[in-house]
Amino acid sequence: MSRPELQAPPEIYYGDIEATKYTKNTRNQQIQADMTYRALELLNIPPEEPAFLLDIGCGSGLSGEILTEEGYIWAGADIAPSMLEVALEREVEGDLFLQDIGQGFGFRPGSFDGAISISVLQWLLNAETSHPTSSPPHRLNRFFTTLHSALKNPSRAIFQFYPSSDDQIQLITSCAQKAGFGGGLVVDYPNSKKAKKVFLCLFVGGGGGQQQIPKGLEGEDTEDSKVRFERRRERERTRDRSGKRKSVKDRDWILRKKELYRKRGKDDVPNDSKYTGRRRKPNF
Amino acid sequence: MVRLITHNLLACHAKGCNANNFPLQFKDVEIEIREAEFNPDFLRGFLPKIEWKALVDSARQIGDTSLPAEQPEMVDDDFLKSLHHVLLELHIEEGSMTCPNCSHVYPISNGIPNMLLAEHEIA
Repeated sequence: MSRPELQAPPEIYYGDIEATKYTKNTRNQQIQADMTYRALELLNIPPEEPAFLLDIGCGSGLSGEILTEEGYIWAGADIAPSMLEVALEREVEGDLFLQDIGQGFGFRPGSFDGAISISVLQWLLNAETSHPTSSPPHRLNRFFTTLHSALKNPSRAIFQFYPSSDDQIQLITSCAQKAGFGGGLVVDYPNSKKAKKVFLCLFVGGGGGQQQIPKGLEGEDTEDSKVRFERRRERERTRDRSGKRKSVKDRDWILRKKELYRKRGKDDVPNDSKYTGRRRKPNF
Repeated sequence: MVRLITHNLLACHAKGCNANNFPLQFKDVEIEIREAEFNPDFLRGFLPKIEWKALVDSARQIGDTSLPAEQPEMVDDDFLKSLHHVLLELHIEEGSMTCPNCSHVYPISNGIPNMLLAEHEIA
């Protein structure tokens, strides 16, 4: 798995070229859309209520477009100017801010009915300078405290992110708890290497009873979320290096077939011997 | 694309700027009007969150006087329509916002306000 957050800070990594690439990639679009729908599901806002949401790390507005489609009014913050430029070109509906979420938000208390954030939190885990305000715990604390106060009570904030170790999860959840959030981690498809997705579900207030952490999705992911043409690529890989196909009807293949026929109860399957699958000697 | 709906929620977040930091004052603004879908339910739900005085003042600052100085008790359709226009259809494209307390300037360009702080301003 590639880890762009280790290469450069987000505002530099997502420069003009990378920003357009990211937005135009249909696979990215599909993944982003899936995760946004799932995040909205976890956000669990009553369907008839038109809500005002915050999209943290909105980027080029891929997730924002879905928010608009679903009838939400939203505002988004991102640190990469190039991404925001792409968002402007795509004429997204939300209000955009150029903002470093690690510096905290300035929103008044109770401003938003919920917040979502797709593939962002891992960017907060790297220190860019040695200044004390640049350390990940400090930035996370500042981020979560200001976000907590910007959300109304009760509400939820859903973060999809890519942690690279348990320590990172530990750090993020402890900072969120310190800021006053309840909730925890929801892992979708925990046994799948590709479809596995980690969501951090944070709750503001309980409204009397404790809010329940939703269950992650189980089982195998559906077929169509695979990369297209993957099967063909696999088939091509099995071909010989020389470019020739492997001979299909070799000894192993014959033995397997005969075994299969025997298992099915077919009559007169020839016995296996040392001559099985051998080439006859050439007769002139 | 700063609309008054978000401006009405936005306070200064620089270090040590905790009181009297709302609302940010507009300066040298260029405005664009873009029609948006009228959604009365959303507006009704959003009403309690609005700081009315701040909204009216900032609307006047950018030259829109359609809102009454006092928030009316009765919410009728005409009122919601003008509220909709002020909150969701006025887009501030260029200019700047200044914090009334610490006078930090947040420039707006292409409709995107730059909320980044310098290192010494981070709380």
